[in-house]
Amino acid sequence: MASSDPDGRLLLLSPEDDVLVARCPLPAGTVVALGGGLESVLAAALPAGHKIARHAVAEGARVLKYGAPIGRATRAIAAGEPVHTHNLRSDWTPTHTLDEARDEARARDEAGARDEAGAREQATRGGP
Amino acid sequence: MRGWLRQDGRKGIRNAVAVAYLVECAHHVAREVAWPLREQDVHLIGFPGCYPNDYAQRMMERLCTHPNIGAVLLVSLGCESFDRYGLAAAIRASGRPVETIVIQKTGGTRRSIEQGRAWVAAQHVALAAAATVPMAVSELVVGTVCGGSDGTSGLTGNPAAGRAFDLLVAEGAACIFEETGELIGCEHIMAERAITPELGAALIAAVAKAARVYATLGYGSFAAGNAEGGLSTIEEKSLGAYAKSGRSPISGLLKPGDQPPGGGLYLLDIVPDGEVRWGFPNINDNAEIVEMIACGAHCVLFVTGRGSVVGSAISPVLKICANPATYRAMAEDMDVNAGRILEGEADLDAVGREIHALVLALGGGWRSASEAMGHQEFVLTYKAFAPAGPGCLPNSARRP
Repeated sequence: MASSDPDGRLLLLSPEDDVLVARCPLPAGTVVALGGGLESVLAAALPAGHKIARHAVAEGARVLKYGAPIGRATRAIAAGEPVHTHNLRSDWTPTHTLDEARDEARARDEAGARDEAGAREQATRGGP
Repeated sequence: MRGWLRQDGRKGIRNAVAVAYLVECAHHVAREVAWPLREQDVHLIGFPGCYPNDYAQRMMERLCTHPNIGAVLLVSLGCESFDRYGLAAAIRASGRPVETIVIQKTGGTRRSIEQGRAWVAAQHVALAAAATVPMAVSELVVGTVCGGSDGTSGLTGNPAAGRAFDLLVAEGAACIFEETGELIGCEHIMAERAITPELGAALIAAVAKAARVYATLGYGSFAAGNAEGGLSTIEEKSLGAYAKSGRSPISGLLKPGDQPPGGGLYLLDIVPDGEVRWGFPNINDNAEIVEMIACGAHCVLFVTGRGSVVGSAISPVLKICANPATYRAMAEDMDVNAGRILEGEADLDAVGREIHALVLALGGGWRSASEAMGHQEFVLTYKAFAPAGPGCLPNSARRP
C-alpha cells in the first residue's frame, strides 16, 4: 500500500484524493492522523472500507477517490468527518439504500409495541 | 490442464450434460430430470418466456454448444413459441448428442421425467468415459464479475483479479470483463487502453448507453448493500469494479454470445440496444455470468466483499473474497482470501498469482467452492441487441 498513508489504519489511494479509506474497523473515539500534522477523533465507529474526509470539503465540491471523482458534497464536510451517502451524491444516478425503509419499519414496530403496552395497561386496569 | 475437444476446435474444462427447459411450464420436469445427477455434472438451464426472443434463442444456442457441455436434453411443454427445432439442429450440427422431450407428446409429467432421466443417465456414462486432450492457457476464455461489492472490493479483490487477468492475457488467454453500468465515470481512461481509436469510441458509447438506460430506469447498478458496505455512489463502485480489467490493452467489445476472436482483453456490453424495454439490464449477478459463459467463458472470477455465495450452471465460478471479516464469516464459500492484503499479509501480485494458479487448477479438474457445493444458479430473460459495430473487434478480420 502507498507509503504516503498518513495513518497505518487508513489508506490514501491517490495523492490528490479528498478521502481516506479504513483498512480495518475503527471504533468511535479513535484518534486518527489525516496527514499534514492534522488529527481527528472519530465521532462514530468507522467500518472497514468506509471513508473519512482528509481535509475540509466545500458544499458542491467534487470528491476524489482513486484520483477520480466519486460524486459531489451535498454539504460542507469537515476534516475527519465520515464521507458517505448522507453528504455525498452521485453525478449520475441516485444511490438507493434501505436506510429509510429500515427506519420506517423500526418506527412502526415501536409504535406497535407502544399500542400493545397501552392495551395491556388498559386490560390490567379492567378497561374494555 | 486437460480438456474435451469439440468439433469446432474449442476445448471444454468440463464435460457436462445440460438439461434445458424451453418455457417455465417445462421447468419442473427438467429439474426433476436433472436432480439425481445434479452433483455429477448434469446442469439445469432454461428460458422461462413463452413468446419468442431472438436474444434468448441465440443465448440458448451458445450455451448448449458451450465447450463445457457434451450433450443436451431439451424439455419442451409443446405449445411454447421457443424454436426447439432450430435449437436442436444447432446442437446436432455442433456434433453433440441432443434429444428433445415434448411433455404433451410424451404422456405428461411422470413419463417425461422417466424418459429424460434414462437418456441423461446414458449420456452421463458416455461422457464420463470420453478421452481428454492437453489444453493450453491460450485456449482458455475467462470472465470476471463482481457482486455484493463493498468498500474493500476495489482495494483488494478487484485489483487482484486484474493482476490475474494480466497474467492470463500475457499467456494468450481471452479475458472478458463487463458491467458497463459499473464503468460509469471510467469510460475515458478505459478508452485510452483500446487498441484502435474506433474501438475507444465504441467503449465510450457503450458506457454512455448504460448511463442513459439506468437513468431511465431510475436506479443505477447499485444495491442497498453496496452502501452499507461503504460505497456511496455508482461512480465510486465503478472505479473499484474497473480494477478487475487489469492493465492490458483492450482488444474488443463483445455483445452477449459473441466469441472473442483470439486472445486478449475484451469488454462485454450487457446493456440492451434500442429503446428501454423489458426492464433491468442485469437483474442479478447470474444474468451477467450467464452472458459471459455464452461468450465461451470456461470459468468466471467472482469478486465479493459482502459475501455472495452463487456459482453457475455450465462453468465453474471462482470466489475471491475482498473483505477479511467476510472471509472469516463465510470461508466455506470462498476460494481466495484477498482480504489478506488489507491485513498486510499479502500483496496484490501474490493474490493475483494465486488466482491465476487456481484458474489453471480448474482446468485440471479441481472444483471451486461453489461448484463443489452444487451451486448451479442460472437466469435468462428477455433482451434485444444490435450486432456489435465494425470497429468493435479490430483483430477479427486478421483471423483465417
